[in-house]
Amino acid sequence: MSFDAYFAPKKEIPRRAYLTVSVAVALLVLAVWCVLSYGGLVREDFLPTPIAVIQAGIDGVSDGSLFRDTGISLYEIMSGFILASIFAVPLGILMGSFKIAEAALEPITNFVRYLPVSALIPLLILWIGIGMAEKVAVIFIGTFFQQLILIADVSRGVSHDLLDVSYTLGASRRQVIRRVLIPATMPGVMDALRVTLGWAWTYLVVAELVAANKGLGYFILNSMRGLFTDRIFLGIAVIGLLGLISDQLFKFLRARLLPWTVQG
Amino acid sequence: MAKLEINNVNLRFTPKRGNPVTALDGISLNVEENEFAVIVGPSGCGKSSLLRLVAGLNRQTSGSITLDGKAVTRPGKDRGMVFQSYTLYPWLTVQQNVEFGPELAGVSATERAAIAKRFIAQVGLEGFEKAYPKQLSGGMMQRVALARALANDPEILLMDEPFGALDSQTRSLMQELLLDIWQQSQKTVLFITHDIDEAILLGDRVYVMTARPGRIKEMIEIKIPRPRSVDLLTSPDFIALKRRIMGLIHDEAVRAIA
Repeated sequence: MSFDAYFAPKKEIPRRAYLTVSVAVALLVLAVWCVLSYGGLVREDFLPTPIAVIQAGIDGVSDGSLFRDTGISLYEIMSGFILASIFAVPLGILMGSFKIAEAALEPITNFVRYLPVSALIPLLILWIGIGMAEKVAVIFIGTFFQQLILIADVSRGVSHDLLDVSYTLGASRRQVIRRVLIPATMPGVMDALRVTLGWAWTYLVVAELVAANKGLGYFILNSMRGLFTDRIFLGIAVIGLLGLISDQLFKFLRARLLPWTVQG
Repeated sequence: MAKLEINNVNLRFTPKRGNPVTALDGISLNVEENEFAVIVGPSGCGKSSLLRLVAGLNRQTSGSITLDGKAVTRPGKDRGMVFQSYTLYPWLTVQQNVEFGPELAGVSATERAAIAKRFIAQVGLEGFEKAYPKQLSGGMMQRVALARALANDPEILLMDEPFGALDSQTRSLMQELLLDIWQQSQKTVLFITHDIDEAILLGDRVYVMTARPGRIKEMIEIKIPRPRSVDLLTSPDFIALKRRIMGLIHDEAVRAIA
């Protein structure tokens, strides 16, 4: 491959070259970090060394604080997210396919979804306190309305011809909904859930930063108070890692549950 | 009594913005048992709307449509349909797609498998039973759609420009395949197209439609003997018919633009 060919838009490059570039950039970032921290260019209070972050990780694991806060955050996020999904998936499908459901849900959804959920946090604290229930409520409100809109769009996008051909094959309206409309929305629903799970992490951390006495957001905030920058980095890294894992999990589930969407 | 009788059908609707539109104006035509009827017309002439009325997917404003003497009021498996767009169920394999109709009708699994096997073979897709639609080409998908419609053993096959999205080589192959299947099964077919070659090649009768309002301008019997193949396209009889239909449609197209 000529050198020039690496810079043609939308052209494939060899897998080796792809991996080399990916690894090189990651190493470069690490190198810059090392130079800045070990070189003493930035004070350690602001930028910890990589070793210090790893040490903080080992300490966090050995005294159990890291697992405790991660576990609590995971529990809160899964509760809020699953709860929101349970309602948003069926309602979204209805909203996109039945004008009557759209009329009922769309105006209010469009209003609520532009309210930044962070603006509701003070109100939710006032109503429910700063415990787990409040975090679940924040995640629920933050994801539910977004999911509703995304899934309604997916449902709206199902081709009319696909439904019509089913009627001509003898399907009743119930059968068309159950056996055609719902399966047809599944890939889009999975994608919507995957995207909104990423957002849910943001809401969770915001909620925990505002007021909490446990969880990863609290872990980060508390570390800031003591100027433990290494622990702040650790908390951020754990959130990033969990996001990556959940995203991969969704990708894996999609390929497993919906094998027909994968090009064979 | 003809197999399918369309009697003085009108279709009018009012778009969200704008004036009422007369899409179909006094359409009458009969399709006999085992006949291959083709409706040809410029785009926007309402031919697809007419087919949807026959399928029962929409209701006419006035007039009647009867199949075997029974009024059409809703979709049913006695009228199988093949669309121009790809309408296979992407989450089902080729075989499951073909079995979909019989399964809804409560046919047993073994019987379904036998039906699927037969029609998959008929459209020449043996070996693809377990493939998903995403793995198929456009022509193959339309063959499955045809097999799926036939598996329901409909009284009439309604085809809405089924080969319109295919490249011309694939289209010729599909036309010959359809002729083959029709010759064997002797199904009644109502076929919509804007392709004049296709209309003459396939049809026993060709109805030429006009646009806005959609009317039947002329019915032309195609007396070219069967079996027919795409070699016909260059024969003098064929060209004479083509010239005649082109003339009819050309007038219409000009009138529509003017």
